[in-house]
Amino acid sequence: MYRYDEFDHAFVAERVEQFRGQVARRVAGELTEDEFKPLRLMNGLYLQLHAYMLRVAIPYGTLSAKQMRKLAHIARTYDRGYGHFTTRQNIQYNWPRLEDVPAILNELASVEMHAIQTSGNCIRNTTADPLAGVAADEIDDPRVYAEIIRQWSTLHPEFSFLPRKFKIAVTGSPNDRAVTRGHDIGLRMHRDLAGNPGFEVMVGGGQGRTPIMAKTIRNFLPVDHLLSYLEAVLRVYNQLGRRDNIYKARIKILVQSEGTDTFAQMVEAEWQAIKDNALDLPKEERDRIKAYFGPPGYDDLAGDCPELNLALDLSLAANPRFAAWVEANVQDHKQPGYAIATISLKPHGGIPGDASADQMDAVAALSEKFSFGEIRVSYKQNLILPDVPKLGLLALWRALDGLDLATANAGRISDIIACPGLDYCNLANARSIPIAQRISERFTDLAREKDIGEISLNISGCINACAHHHVANIGVLGVNKGGTEYYQVTLGGVADENARVGAIIGPAFDEWQIAGAVEDIVDVYLRQRQTNEKFIETYQRVGPQPFKEKLYGTDRARQAS
Amino acid sequence: MTIIRDKTKSQNSNSQNFTQAVTANRLTDGYVVYLTDRDSWSERIADCQIVDDRSAADDLLQRATDQAADDLVVGPYLFKVATEGGRTIPIGQREILRTTGPSVGTDLNLA
Ligand code: SF4
Repeated sequence: MYRYDEFDHAFVAERVEQFRGQVARRVAGELTEDEFKPLRLMNGLYLQLHAYMLRVAIPYGTLSAKQMRKLAHIARTYDRGYGHFTTRQNIQYNWPRLEDVPAILNELASVEMHAIQTSGNCIRNTTADPLAGVAADEIDDPRVYAEIIRQWSTLHPEFSFLPRKFKIAVTGSPNDRAVTRGHDIGLRMHRDLAGNPGFEVMVGGGQGRTPIMAKTIRNFLPVDHLLSYLEAVLRVYNQLGRRDNIYKARIKILVQSEGTDTFAQMVEAEWQAIKDNALDLPKEERDRIKAYFGPPGYDDLAGDCPELNLALDLSLAANPRFAAWVEANVQDHKQPGYAIATISLKPHGGIPGDASADQMDAVAALSEKFSFGEIRVSYKQNLILPDVPKLGLLALWRALDGLDLATANAGRISDIIACPGLDYCNLANARSIPIAQRISERFTDLAREKDIGEISLNISGCINACAHHHVANIGVLGVNKGGTEYYQVTLGGVADENARVGAIIGPAFDEWQIAGAVEDIVDVYLRQRQTNEKFIETYQRVGPQPFKEKLYGTDRARQAS
Repeated sequence: MTIIRDKTKSQNSNSQNFTQAVTANRLTDGYVVYLTDRDSWSERIADCQIVDDRSAADDLLQRATDQAADDLVVGPYLFKVATEGGRTIPIGQREILRTTGPSVGTDLNLA
C-alpha cells in the first residue's frame, strides 16, 4: 500500500493546522460564512440538511486494517457510530460537530488519510477498479496510476480553480469496473500490438442533468505520457470551459459543443507542445510507486488446488447458505488458491453503504485474519476482501454472518446503489434510502434473487445522479412535484465497458408505487427472458414496450411511447 | 409560539400562503433550529415564531439574518408552515424531514 512521503505528511499536517485556525476564527466570528464556506469545502466539510457532513477520500478505494479501525474510531468518537460508504470511494460522516472536525482530520492524517479535494472545482479523488491488483483480467495495477495522478493533481496550481469539479477514473484492464465512461476523464488500459501497456483516453463523460458517456479521444496512450496528456486535456478545458453557467461548465459540455474530433485535435496540439517535458513518467518512477502496491506474501497454493477445490466443494454441498454466498459474492482471483470476497453493505431493508463502527472494526480484524490486512471499497457501496485463501472462505462467511454482513446479493437486485437523498442531502428532491429499503424488502428470497440474476438498480435523490442511476439497468430518480416526492424510472442503462444511458420508461411513480413498479419490471423480464439471458439482454432484445404495457396498461403505454 | 397577524388584512383573506417561520442551521453543529419570538434559536419547531403576512415575514427574516451575522446560525430562510390544533406543521417533505430527522428507520445508532 502507498505510504506518504515526507512532503505528503508535512502538507496534510499543515492543512489540518490551517483548518483548525479557520474553524476557531469562524466560531469567534472573525470569518463570515461566505468567507468560511470555501475553506470548509476544501477540507471536505459540507453543511447538509440536519448537520455537517465530512467526506473523507479513500484513495483508489484501498484501506488497510489500521485505516479501517481509524474510520470506526472516528464514527464512534465524533459521530453517531456509523459511516456511509459512497459511490465515489469516499466515506461520509453525517453528524460531526464543526469544532471536532480539525481533530478528526488530525486522526485521519495519523493514518495517511484526509478529506482534501473531496469538494470544490478541482481534480477530485481518482476512482479505481476495486479489484486492482487481484483481477484475473488485469494488465497493470491501476492504483499505481491513480496514485501518480493524486500526486500530480494535489494542489496543482493551474488546476485548483477549474470551471467545475473534475473526476477521473482508471482501470487496469479492458473490462471496466470503475464506470470510466461516466467520468470527466476515463482511462482504460489496453496493450498495443507489441504488448506494451497504455490507456484508451475517454473524455467528457458525466451523469447529472445531462448524462453523456465519455468519448474516446485517443485509442492508445503509452503509459509514460499519461501526465503530459492529462495536463493537455485539463489545459484545454481550463481555457475554454464555461465559467458563466454552472450547468454548462463541465468538460462534457465543452466536448459536446466543440465536437469530439475538434476537441481531440486541440488536446493533441497542446500535448505536442508539452509532451516531452518533465511531466513524463519514467519507468523508474513508475516502478518506485509500483513497489508500494506489490502483491502480498501469497502462499504458493497452485499445487494444492484440486484438494482445495474439493474441500470447498464439500463445504458448499453441506451448507446451502454458504453456497449461495459464494456464488453471489465470491470472484476468481488471479492467484491460484485465492478468492475475492465481497462484503455486502446491503442487508435487506438496510441502508445501502452504511456500516457501524463495530462492523468496521470487525471487518478490519477479518481482513487481518483472511486478507493480508487489506480492504477495498467499491463504487457499488460494498467492501471487498481482495485476497482470501479459498480454504478460509467458510470461516470468513461464518464470521460475516454473525455481523449481519453476509447477505448473498452482490450484483443482484437488492444490491442497490442509493445516494443519501433527501434524508440527508441539501440538494435532494426526494428520498432514496427508504425507497431502496422498501424495494430490497420485496426481494429477500435468495432463490428468487438468484433466479433474477445479474442486474443493477440505482436510486438518486436528484438529477446530480450521485447513485449513477443513468447507467443502471433499472434507474430510479427522485423528483419533486409541488413538495411531494415522485420517482422516475429509466431502463436499459449499462455501466461497464459498453456503458450507455438508460431511457425514461414513462410517467413517474409516487413513493408508495415505486417498489411495486420495480417488481412489475422484474416480472416482465422473467416472463420475456430466453435461456440464460440477463435482464439487460432481454431489455435490449424486446425493447421498452412490454415494460410500458405492464407499468401503465396498454392505452397509457401507447401514449407514453 | 406567537403568530403575528397583519391587522390591515381582512379576516377572510387566505393567510395560508403567508404563514411562515424562519429556520437555519446552528453554526457549531449544523443542527436545524427555528427563530423564536425572543430572537433566540430553538431546536423545537413548536417554539418558532410564525408570521402570516409578507412584511412581517420580511422583518422576521431580517432579524434572523442579523442573528446569522452574529455567527450563531448559518443560512436562515423562510419556510411555509401550517398550524393544526395548536401544532406547527412544516409544509413540504424537505421541511418535514428537517424537523423530524432522517426517515430511514434503521439508521444506525441515532442519538
Ligand atoms: S444525487 Fe442529489 S440527492 Fe443524491 S447525494 Fe447527489 S446531490 Fe444529493
